[in-house]
Amino acid sequence: VCIHRVRSCSSIRFIKSKYVCVFDKSALKFSHQQRLFRTSAVSCGQIVQFKLSDIGEGITEVTVKEWYIKEGDSVSQFDSICEVQSDKASVTITSRYDGIIRKLHYNLDEIAYVGKPLVDIEIDASKGVAPEEDVVETPPMSHEEHTHQEIKGHKTLATPAVRRLAMENNIKLSEVVGTGKDNRILKEDILNYLAKQTGAILPPSPKAEIIPPLPKSETVPAAPKDKERKIPVSVSRPIVFSGKDKTEPISGFHKAMVKTMSAALKIPHFGYCDEVDLTQLVQLREELKPVAQIRGVKLSFMPFFIKAASLGLLQYPILNASLDESCQNVTYKASHNIGVAMDTEQGLIVPNVKNVQVCSVFEIASELNRLQSLGSAGQLGTNDLTGGTFTLSNIGTIGGTYTKPVILPPEVAIGALGKIQVLPRFNGKGEVFKAQIMNVSWSADHRIIDGATMARFSNLWKSYLENPASMLLDLK
Amino acid sequence: MVLQSSLKNCRQLSCILRTPKAGFRSTSGGLIIQSVSNDVYQNLAVEDWIHDHMNLENRQVLFLWRNSPAVVIGRHQNPWQECNFGLLRQKNIKLARRRSGGGTVYHDLGNINLTFFTTRKKYERMENLKLVVKALKALRPELDVCVTDRYDILLDRQYKISGTAAKLGRTTAYHHCTLLCNADKLVLSSVLKSPYKGLKSNATPSVPASVKNLFEEDPSLTCEVLLDAIAEEYATQHHIDHRITLINPADETVLPGIGNKTKELQTWEWVYGKTPKFSVSTCFNMAYKDSVLDVKVDMDVKHGRIEACNVHLPEHWLPPALCSELVKSLTGSKFCPKETTTLATALLRVCPQDDELHSRWNLLCENMIMLM
Repeated sequence: VCIHRVRSCSSIRFIKSKYVCVFDKSALKFSHQQRLFRTSAVSCGQIVQFKLSDIGEGITEVTVKEWYIKEGDSVSQFDSICEVQSDKASVTITSRYDGIIRKLHYNLDEIAYVGKPLVDIEIDASKGVAPEEDVVETPPMSHEEHTHQEIKGHKTLATPAVRRLAMENNIKLSEVVGTGKDNRILKEDILNYLAKQTGAILPPSPKAEIIPPLPKSETVPAAPKDKERKIPVSVSRPIVFSGKDKTEPISGFHKAMVKTMSAALKIPHFGYCDEVDLTQLVQLREELKPVAQIRGVKLSFMPFFIKAASLGLLQYPILNASLDESCQNVTYKASHNIGVAMDTEQGLIVPNVKNVQVCSVFEIASELNRLQSLGSAGQLGTNDLTGGTFTLSNIGTIGGTYTKPVILPPEVAIGALGKIQVLPRFNGKGEVFKAQIMNVSWSADHRIIDGATMARFSNLWKSYLENPASMLLDLK
Repeated sequence: MVLQSSLKNCRQLSCILRTPKAGFRSTSGGLIIQSVSNDVYQNLAVEDWIHDHMNLENRQVLFLWRNSPAVVIGRHQNPWQECNFGLLRQKNIKLARRRSGGGTVYHDLGNINLTFFTTRKKYERMENLKLVVKALKALRPELDVCVTDRYDILLDRQYKISGTAAKLGRTTAYHHCTLLCNADKLVLSSVLKSPYKGLKSNATPSVPASVKNLFEEDPSLTCEVLLDAIAEEYATQHHIDHRITLINPADETVLPGIGNKTKELQTWEWVYGKTPKFSVSTCFNMAYKDSVLDVKVDMDVKHGRIEACNVHLPEHWLPPALCSELVKSLTGSKFCPKETTTLATALLRVCPQDDELHSRWNLLCENMIMLM
């Protein structure tokens, strides 16, 4: 025995409306949809001159300020055609017809006259000229079932194409929330409505019967007829995806990155990674944070990383150098202008702290604050963004452990810092303790930097951070 | 802005501002609403929302709003011609482009905005302004206020206290105007003065006018007093309930889709990208070490992006290859200091490393950025 379920039409939504009209009976009996609209005598592909309608206040001339369409574009009724201005009033002119734009009668900034043609539109005669009033919505339900035909007294705005889509999917336009201008129902609204449909709103037709699968213990032989019934007929819901690809010119920030990274490609990179135990530094920073706060400066970990890097660069100056175009000369830069990668709304920028070699940790922190606030406001000057000699990227504030940073020419090295994680480690006595571990990933120019140099620099940098007191010895 | 709830009566907005799908309710005639937000973008978005979604067949709406400091340019204006960007940034004043036409205005909490919504057929600016004048005169009969044929309201026949703009759509229209109660005139005049030279465009220019605050005429005229008076007059003239309904422009349940409208008004494409085509043709002097150099810059800007660019420098002051790289990079980029800075600094990475070159380059770029 199979269970037969038919949703009766009368249980399907009953719209309350102030204006209820009943079609004459003959309409109900028809199995195909009917649409009524006023037709006018328009022949195939006729060009209609769409005149500029009255603006009000006795205005006769306006200036065309923006065209939303160009010749050859197809338009639907109510699409915006152009924006005109008259005496402090900006007016959006919308199309009265569906069709193709054949001619624009005015250029930008020209004066257009009320009552004179604005654009020529070629109308597809088979559609007829859809008037603005009296468009009656199509009866969505099919035949046998008795249904209420309800027609709203005021307009359900939708273009013929949208109405067709609704009709094909058995959707009542009155049930769709229109999100277009004046509540006009757009294609997207129909698609959204479809996506939200549940089984309860299916039109009753044989195909839509949902039959639950027979339990396995059923011993009735699987006759062909039963087989047919066994297979649950899935609700055929149209899979719709109304997303569209979007192409736009790249932003200035991306252009800059293209330039920089293409140049970086020429550099043979090698990577060197390590982990640093920041347990002591974390504690130190906690103690120093309030001191810096009193002086009006926010103290993060970066000033320590930057200063330690500078101390390391004093011992390994080749990491603060630059190779010329022809790879003939290496310039050892005297200043340690350490760049700090910053993520802003628009994209990546790398301002640098100048002359870290003569700055205290506090001074570096203060300078970082300044650069950060300018950076987020988008007001960094060229001076702050040029002249870098070495870069650190603290991607760990967002996340990650090991990375492969790309060197920013004309520099020869870069370090990327992962997030600080609390991990178990063994101490000297073989005991497990909680350590604050951060991973560092260095990249260097293998044309002039060798692995040993990078490793030694990294070890020195690491030792300063793992034992901050040792920094005191070498601080200048 | 602190609203005294004893003065206003909050009402269930959802039954009134629902989309016409449900048909209109019994509040025929009109509605007075006031925004609880001082964010210019949110308030402009409310105007858009009402214009797009509300059925105004048998009613009119008056929308009252105030903004924290902002410069609002008209739909077809050029912000570079209208205001001082440096000062805007410095004072943290927002820049917005509205959808109605007209000129540039400065808003702060001492300025009231009134928007009159009607169907397109009932669009009538003079009537609205006369209503405002009537309300003012009812408050203070001795006030010398009148409406000009340019749709301004003048105080003492000299000082502009209100400017007007309007937007007409297919079926609805709105007319909005400002009213100066107690705005900061110093900031107003300094921020609305453009320092940019050599701009040529067909954008709608603003007509500067001397302004005065109503507060200066009579200190008892505060924004609240004026808002109430105008609402009262509106209610009387349209025979509607004089209670003001508060509206929260961040409430998606009452105003579905308002979030998107607010976002759109803040995009670069809208605020700057909608600037009508213009060209910049200017010379400036750069002092470098012991000499002064003349630099000539020509740019064509369309949709806020540099379509064409030319920089004339004394020969060989900078490597020509670098200059042409700069011009090439700038072409197609936004006419924007941030982008130009980023591009210029990126270019410096791929040229010979020379301090002299760097400082010259930075000088040129800083000056170019000042044009934006």
